[in-house]
Amino acid sequence: MPTYRDEGVVLRTQRLGEADRIITFLTREHGRVRAVAKGVRKTGSRFGSRLEPFGRVDVQFYQGRSLDTVTQVETLHAHGPRLATDYARWTSGTAMLEATERLTPVDGEPVLPQYLLLVAALRTLDSQTHDAGLILDAFILRSLAISGWSPSFSDCARCGEAGPHRAFSVAGGGALCSACRLPGSAAPAPQTLMLLGALLSGDWARADDSDQRARREGTSITAALMTWHLERGLRSWPLVERV
Amino acid sequence: MYEGVLADLIDELGQLPGIGPKSAQRIAFYLLQAEEEDVKRLANTLLEVQERVKFCEQCGNVSEEDICRICRDPRRDPSMLCVVEESRDVIAIERTGEYRGRYHVLGGAISPIDGIGPEQLRVRELMQRLSDGAIEEVIIATDPNLEGEATATYLARALNPLGLTVSRLASGLPVGGDLEYADEVTLGRAFAGRRRVD
Repeated sequence: MPTYRDEGVVLRTQRLGEADRIITFLTREHGRVRAVAKGVRKTGSRFGSRLEPFGRVDVQFYQGRSLDTVTQVETLHAHGPRLATDYARWTSGTAMLEATERLTPVDGEPVLPQYLLLVAALRTLDSQTHDAGLILDAFILRSLAISGWSPSFSDCARCGEAGPHRAFSVAGGGALCSACRLPGSAAPAPQTLMLLGALLSGDWARADDSDQRARREGTSITAALMTWHLERGLRSWPLVERV
Repeated sequence: MYEGVLADLIDELGQLPGIGPKSAQRIAFYLLQAEEEDVKRLANTLLEVQERVKFCEQCGNVSEEDICRICRDPRRDPSMLCVVEESRDVIAIERTGEYRGRYHVLGGAISPIDGIGPEQLRVRELMQRLSDGAIEEVIIATDPNLEGEATATYLARALNPLGLTVSRLASGLPVGGDLEYADEVTLGRAFAGRRRVD
């Protein structure tokens, strides 16, 4: 029987027929997998609750022609029930799941760095150690970096001249020196670029110390970078509750 | 392959939820062989549903009148309001015979990944209904999945400052099942919501 087993995070669930769901996972070894989970919408389902978004699961699939079928699931860590009790964290987490799905467009292609980043981000979001909006922005910036679109927030993105620089261009790849400055470049506050650099490198002490103005501007720049590279924004982004 | 009006019928039936190409073909051939009267009655019913069924102005449930049967019923407890996602949930709760209050149908659950936020649901209408002070208790009966739970969290946060009694349907073990077969999340919820036995 063509079955395989992997560890994965549930990204999205979609209704199928009377009582089934199509579950989209990001798995450790098989990348993004879409599989049918039969009967999980019935209240008596044995693994319905294990296949909710945010759940990290040990799952067995039966290979199908177009979609695989989920045959067994064990929970490794259910982040969902806790996140659902905090609306701001839940909306931030939902945007992370959507971003992950959009950044892994090919089914079955392993993307281990993105998987490890998602697992770590969900754990951090669940632990409530940092602001949910900062965790989301850090996740987006690092996901873009994994996909090969790492922005520069200090050195010039074009010639590499050591920063900090005043000009910032999304299309130009980040901070730009006065010689490389593109027409229409923005001039964000130096604290904002410092915050974004801290989020990209994982300097949480500096990120946690940032003020609200830098956070707001940082979120706008993160959204612009994401929209530029993904060619359209996330549907969940406008619904994220920023505290 | 079929052509003309028969192909159109199979295509139209195939658009319905849960109907695949094979089922669409089977239903089309059933209709082809059915009595003319039966087919006309089905066609008329479909048209009538489209023309006559609308949403209750108060609760958002499906109704043939401006105000639905439950909202019109004077025997219903006007101080209790049960908030559900869909009209189908009203029927499910009515079948229990345990609840004698009124309903409010949200029209779904908050789902940011599908672009559905509180603004896309009937949350504003709910807040308007609560403004006259006649309702004392709100029971949040959204689905026991993650989107339903997050919707309940959002509603509870908006309703608690109003000084109402806000409750959420209990989650736990299905009646008639064996404990050993319960999944860990459901069993955990059953523990969290355990009640005193006198």
